[in-house]
Amino acid sequence: MDGEVIIGLEIHCQLNKLNSKLFCGCSTKQQGLEPNVMTCPVCLGLPGALPVINKKAVEYAIMVGLALNCKIAEHTQFYRKNYYYPDLPRGFQITQYDYPISSDGILIVEADGEERLVRIRRVHMEEDPGRLVHQGSIETSKFVLVDYNRSGMPLIEVVTEPDLRSPKEARRFINKIRNILEYLDVFDGSLEGALRVDANVSLRGGHRVEIKNISSYKGVERALLFEISRQQNMKRRGIKVVQETRHYDDERNCTITLRTKEQAEEYRYYPEPDLVPLSVKGWESALREKLPELPEARRERFKAQYGVSDNHAKVMTSEIRVANYYECVAGKCDSRITATWVADYLKGELNYRDMDIKDAFPPETMIYILDQLSKGIITDKGAVEVIRTILDEGGDPKDIIEAKNLAKVETNITKVAITEVLKENESAIKDYKAGKAQAFNFLVGMVMKKTRGRADPTEVNLLLRELLECT
Amino acid sequence: MSMAGQYEESIHKTYDRIRHSKLNAFITLTEQEALKTARAADEGKVTGKLVGIPVAVKDCITTKGVLTTCGSKILDGYVPPFDAEVVARLKKEGAVIIGKTNMDEFAMGSSTESSHYGPSKNPWDLTRVPGGSSGGSGAAVAGLESRMALGTDTGGSVRCPASFCGIVGIKPTYGLVSRYGVIAYANSLEQVGPMARNVSDAALLLDVIAGHDPKDSTSVNAADEVHYTDYLVEDVKGLTIGVPKEYFGEGTDKKVEKAVWDAIMKLNKLGADYKEVSLPHTKYALSAYYIIAMCEASSNLARFDGLRYGLRVGKDENWHTTFSRIRADGFGEEVKRRVMLGTYALSEGYYGRYYLKALRVRTLIKQDFERAFKDVDVLAAPTMPFPAFKIGEHAEDPLSMYMADVDTVPINLSGVPSISVPCGFAGKLPIGVQFIGGFFDEPKLIRTAYTFELNTDHQKLPEGF
Repeated sequence: MDGEVIIGLEIHCQLNKLNSKLFCGCSTKQQGLEPNVMTCPVCLGLPGALPVINKKAVEYAIMVGLALNCKIAEHTQFYRKNYYYPDLPRGFQITQYDYPISSDGILIVEADGEERLVRIRRVHMEEDPGRLVHQGSIETSKFVLVDYNRSGMPLIEVVTEPDLRSPKEARRFINKIRNILEYLDVFDGSLEGALRVDANVSLRGGHRVEIKNISSYKGVERALLFEISRQQNMKRRGIKVVQETRHYDDERNCTITLRTKEQAEEYRYYPEPDLVPLSVKGWESALREKLPELPEARRERFKAQYGVSDNHAKVMTSEIRVANYYECVAGKCDSRITATWVADYLKGELNYRDMDIKDAFPPETMIYILDQLSKGIITDKGAVEVIRTILDEGGDPKDIIEAKNLAKVETNITKVAITEVLKENESAIKDYKAGKAQAFNFLVGMVMKKTRGRADPTEVNLLLRELLECT
Repeated sequence: MSMAGQYEESIHKTYDRIRHSKLNAFITLTEQEALKTARAADEGKVTGKLVGIPVAVKDCITTKGVLTTCGSKILDGYVPPFDAEVVARLKKEGAVIIGKTNMDEFAMGSSTESSHYGPSKNPWDLTRVPGGSSGGSGAAVAGLESRMALGTDTGGSVRCPASFCGIVGIKPTYGLVSRYGVIAYANSLEQVGPMARNVSDAALLLDVIAGHDPKDSTSVNAADEVHYTDYLVEDVKGLTIGVPKEYFGEGTDKKVEKAVWDAIMKLNKLGADYKEVSLPHTKYALSAYYIIAMCEASSNLARFDGLRYGLRVGKDENWHTTFSRIRADGFGEEVKRRVMLGTYALSEGYYGRYYLKALRVRTLIKQDFERAFKDVDVLAAPTMPFPAFKIGEHAEDPLSMYMADVDTVPINLSGVPSISVPCGFAGKLPIGVQFIGGFFDEPKLIRTAYTFELNTDHQKLPEGF
């Protein structure tokens, strides 16, 4: 199909759950530190310093390969990718080329109404370069500072075949990768710079453009949307898209030319002599046994163990923190009601606020709220109000219920309110008797208004109907 | 006031000699620290295998707090914050580090002429080179400016100056000695090696530096239990010496050939057998060596951009302009030649034709040696095809200089060990014979070289020393 969108991704994830960097003993906890303090001769590339592979990083990479249904190599090798850049202290990056740790995997993502089979070409290990710090913006800065704290951070790169067909699929794919890596406990995707994506995109029949430097989850979709519409506009005007590498500017949400095909980089890959080829024969079976429960399996378990719907199970297991949160609460409350409150209400409120569940309130708070609900102390509406208030302003649910008068009113108070409403709205009673259904709803509304929402709607319905029949 | 002790006295004398020397063997002297160590040794505060013994260290080996230049302008002012593993081991054994020795820039050369700090001189003839690239170490040991020295041998850089200066030098099995802190020229080929005036000292120094280091992934623990000084034994009975015919003949000086054959006959008289063997792929070794070494060098030397350490010249402009200018100014001609050729050979489209082909040759050469060592215990061959040449003799023709390495590079390509010992003179110039062994056969080489040394009289001091 001419013009069809074709997308392939290269996803770099920092294995930031490791204790030390890929080739030295420096800590991976380098965020928020003074520049260049988490460095040593090895990650600074000082002359004579030699890399030594972090065995745990290799294990993590194999686990990622297994979780992405890849073939795991028996022998793996590191290569030098040679290029000059100030953030690269050796003048080459140690990465993998031939003989990556794993290859030929598959991951399925939801496409609109169908399932998209995405082939994974390879998953390999490499080191992160340092970080350039510009004074002001990249264009106006008179100089650049380099922070090598990040240098040598362990990365894995997941390379897909060009199997994705829309920016939305690309976003879903990346979220899925993030989720799997977090299930494996090798990655914390919430840390800044933990994930970076290069995307290849073309319209079928046209040239391929590589977009570099996408560094946020939402950026992937936005960059692709921009680039696709740019290519479609060119096509409409009869201009040929050239094969090139473009840089994504997150702030201005556009892509700009970095280099064209003629200026293609020449990396002179060759095997790193300082790291001998690594035999990982036999590691696969041992690590396969250590693999934790992955999202798909957990989703099935949620359905079986908690009797929740497939949709609720899917929503909750597609983020490990939400799944963990749910299990915490479901242990103490009705599991199906909990699912509704976590997957629908809480998740909805968090999405609306662009918040992560780890920044919300602890499961204990949710247990308290659901407990108040089940005891009939607050209404559904009151519970939602409590959740919103905590997310926006913080606070203790008990205090909020009190301060906002959210406790359900007693039956006799509800009765008094109904009596008053009926007195004040005689015309509505007439309408009701005449068979107008809206009149009843109007009266319910007036009762709720009078009780400031604290009456139990079910009770209001019952009592109101009863009293109307008597009048 | 107390009198200077025996060690301190001797170190004082050493520095006096160096100050009056014409050899230009050192780039940096570490006199204060050396005297401090010597005094501590005199006071009995130091223990180890090398207490009070002067050792010179080649300037491509990193020394904490001491200028380390690799003989290059580009490392101007670079003071490393850490010690190479071999230096740490020297210190642990009580050695007195005299200073950092001169060398061909980044160990690229066989004469020490490409040093930014000027050529070193051969103590046997000041108009001649001491060999290279560890020429400063060779000259220092032969010229009594240090009892021992560390060199590095990538394609013959320990054995060549040993041969030219009439001393002993060992290129250990690849992986026997840690490369941590050795500034790489061609890292798949090089090893740190001891240089000394006799086999006993060389074995002692090897004992100190050899052994597994977890900081170097290519280092092995195959021979950690071996004590090299245990093999200072006068006995070659039952040993079979192989004579590789490819190392003799065209291009080899007749006097060198004769001296090496005399050495073989001497060992034969002492009880060893000998037979001719063939290493058929030797003729491809030099080309393969230079391709691999240049390719690796082009990548290893990429880090020298002036940004973090070393030379910084001119005004800072944009990245490419600035680092290009620093590299243009900081690297010498030979280094630039090798970096450019190596970059070319690694480029897309040429990689298979040059680099991969050279790796295949390397495998064949390794197999040559493996085959030979099924029949013989050690090989004996000239270290260098000719004695020390005049300073400037090969200046106009780099290729003729490369040819000097023809007998040493196959050993680096295969990774096996070799020891070069004096075996005679061409006029007043020393000649060296090298004994080559199988992987980790250093004990056998030391035994052979020690027996040869005990029964000959080639270890002399240069005139006037």
